[in-house]
Amino acid sequence: MKPIRYLEIEGKSRGYWGLVGLLGLLVLAGLGGAYYMEHNGHWVTGMNNQIVWGIPHVFALFLLVAASGALNVASIGSVFGRVMYKPLAPLSGLLAIALLIGGMTVLVLDLGRPDRLIVAMTYYNFKSIFAWNILLYVGFIAVVAVYLWMLMDEPMTAYSKPIGFFAFFWRLVLTTGTGSVLGFLVARQAYDTAILAPMFIVMSFAYGLAFFLLVLMASYKWSERPLGDVTVSRLKNLLGVFVGAVLYFVLVYHLTNLYMAKDWGVEAFVLLNGGVYTAMFWLVQIIIGGVVPLILIYYPTQSESWTTVAVACILVVVGGLAQMYVTLIGGEAYPIQIFPDQDVVSSTFFDGQVGTYAPSLPEVLLGVSGIAIALIMVALAVKVLRFLPASLADEVVDPHHKQASAASA
Amino acid sequence: MSDHSEQPNEPRRRFLGIAASVAVAPGLMLFSMAGAKPDAQAVSSKNRWGMLVDTTKCADGCQACVEACHEENGISSRGRPRTDPQWIRAVTLRDRETGRETHLPLMCQHCEHPPCVDVCPTGASFRRADGIVLVDRHICIGCRYCMMACPYKARSFVHENLHDQVPHNPRGKGCVESCTFCVHRVDEGNLTPACVEACEKDGHKALVFGDLKDPNSELHKLLTEIGARHLRQDLGLNTGVRYHGV
Amino acid sequence: MNHLPNLLRVGLLLAAGWLAALVAGCAAPASPQPPKGRGDKCVEPLNVIRPAHMHFLNHHRDETMHEGIRTKKYSLKNCLACHASKDDAGNWVPVNAPGQFCESCHSYAAVSMDCFECHAAKPEK
Repeated sequence: MKPIRYLEIEGKSRGYWGLVGLLGLLVLAGLGGAYYMEHNGHWVTGMNNQIVWGIPHVFALFLLVAASGALNVASIGSVFGRVMYKPLAPLSGLLAIALLIGGMTVLVLDLGRPDRLIVAMTYYNFKSIFAWNILLYVGFIAVVAVYLWMLMDEPMTAYSKPIGFFAFFWRLVLTTGTGSVLGFLVARQAYDTAILAPMFIVMSFAYGLAFFLLVLMASYKWSERPLGDVTVSRLKNLLGVFVGAVLYFVLVYHLTNLYMAKDWGVEAFVLLNGGVYTAMFWLVQIIIGGVVPLILIYYPTQSESWTTVAVACILVVVGGLAQMYVTLIGGEAYPIQIFPDQDVVSSTFFDGQVGTYAPSLPEVLLGVSGIAIALIMVALAVKVLRFLPASLADEVVDPHHKQASAASA
Repeated sequence: MSDHSEQPNEPRRRFLGIAASVAVAPGLMLFSMAGAKPDAQAVSSKNRWGMLVDTTKCADGCQACVEACHEENGISSRGRPRTDPQWIRAVTLRDRETGRETHLPLMCQHCEHPPCVDVCPTGASFRRADGIVLVDRHICIGCRYCMMACPYKARSFVHENLHDQVPHNPRGKGCVESCTFCVHRVDEGNLTPACVEACEKDGHKALVFGDLKDPNSELHKLLTEIGARHLRQDLGLNTGVRYHGV
Repeated sequence: MNHLPNLLRVGLLLAAGWLAALVAGCAAPASPQPPKGRGDKCVEPLNVIRPAHMHFLNHHRDETMHEGIRTKKYSLKNCLACHASKDDAGNWVPVNAPGQFCESCHSYAAVSMDCFECHAAKPEK
């Protein structure tokens, strides 16, 4: 295979600066929302003593999970040696760092005392998975930065494989840690389960790849560079596998819970009578985020169209956000069962009642700004450094492809 | 740095002892001399503070413990029940089959293996050597993970700016808080948290506070006599608060 | 100067103007005048307590919180006992109010303090 030539994008068009401007506005709006929340206190948000983590955490967890998944494409190249994926590795690493920074920003800005970030960086309770996550997230940025250096700096490319292995291992530990944030909690029926850690890993494969594919298609279309069908269709088919795997994990999670009488309450809440949570689960998470993308991805001929692929990716992202919403907020909304055999007649602290939560504007702005932060970083970075190959046409990516299809014709 | 030269203040302890026994119903000496400690002495695990809630004595519609706790600790409502902190709340339960009602107060259970302490990233949520679970609000970053982790929903988050804190209970916006067993009283030798005091004053005597490790304490004797269980016993947390009758 | 390009000339002029304004604006502010505390002296000599009061307070707070050691010497409540002032009506004034004990030096030195976001700034009655 001929050596791939990487090139910065020109980045002078009105469209480009319009995009950066729009993303910048979204970032500013999010920062404004965070300031408003911190200055007045969290009573201005929809969060309360029953629903403790809200929309910002939904977005933050989603971005952190997607970040580790976005690195997958590079890992397939470095760790599993698939040649076709190697040109995509620098963008993959860049997107991973950008999504992680976006997620961490939202997480930190939602703290009750974000001014105490330095305390979070210096006082550690190593029994807490949250403390480990702080180290894992910051370390991830450093490890992937080194990985990018190995990939993009000519004399260092020989070292990209061992660093790629290390980065792959790191992101598996990181995503396990993220899933365990909920999985280690014994308090609530929806959480206390070991399956959340591997489920989050599989979710990261799907969301990360969906994000990557969207960013790839958008950046090549808008910078008018060739992007061949081989790349797009390989990635699209891989996305289909991951979406199917996520559905499998969701199935096992719920089947197991349904088998246990003690969990019937929370299962009925999510699957049947939880109102908005039930609707989000079936309609958005399963159908829009799972079944429809699978159909779009595997439908013969129609799925070759880039528009179809892009729509499938967007639906996966939307379904992923819904999944986080149902898992996190749905799990919080279902009341803690302190007295399982009794009904709570009255309590001033809403024991026994389904928690109410309505996202407020500052929270939503903050959450959305996390995505904007990630995308604006990518947009600016590809203009400054050579993350993107000048061409990802089929002949460049896989010279044997035409011969193989010609032979079979 | 600290002055370990201060001697235990005998006259003060004796005065407090007399005052407490006069203030409380005659004959009921809840104030234990063994519990009082000198200012400069660190707490140790030779005590373990606990509480017995006798739900058969808890009265329907009574909020005495709740009001007393909030008054003692400077907690006031902002008229926003969903975000107002509640360190203790009165709960009424009804058995599904028999319809029998039970009333009880619910507060931080001061577990021996607190999930909130395990999950706190900075170590702000901690368990003192004498069993009281506290939040060190100097290092609390307000992440609310402990609130997610608590099996009893005992913790509250301060959602707004506060101004009129009481000097013995500093609390502020952006940090998490919960029942402290009136640690400011316990450390000064007054083994009667505000809720226990109020319940006695109202004549119900449903709450008993004391040292679980002291076989001569009233708490220990009552636990042996009438028996009690931990809430959510199967979680294996060995709570300091025990309930009889539920 | 004449051989320098125009842009550089304008830049240098602006920089000089800014520096002049900065220097001119830096009139020495008045020394802080915190209200006098009660009692004849503080728990430590002035040359010790002024630089090191946070050191004492931080150490003491950890001892109090984690070990239940409630000695009075370095406790914040003890500071307020001497250093809080009363207004004409006989009510306590918060020590972080403008011109009061803590605030007057802290605003002079431009060191923010968030102690009283949580701690009572007035002694108990």
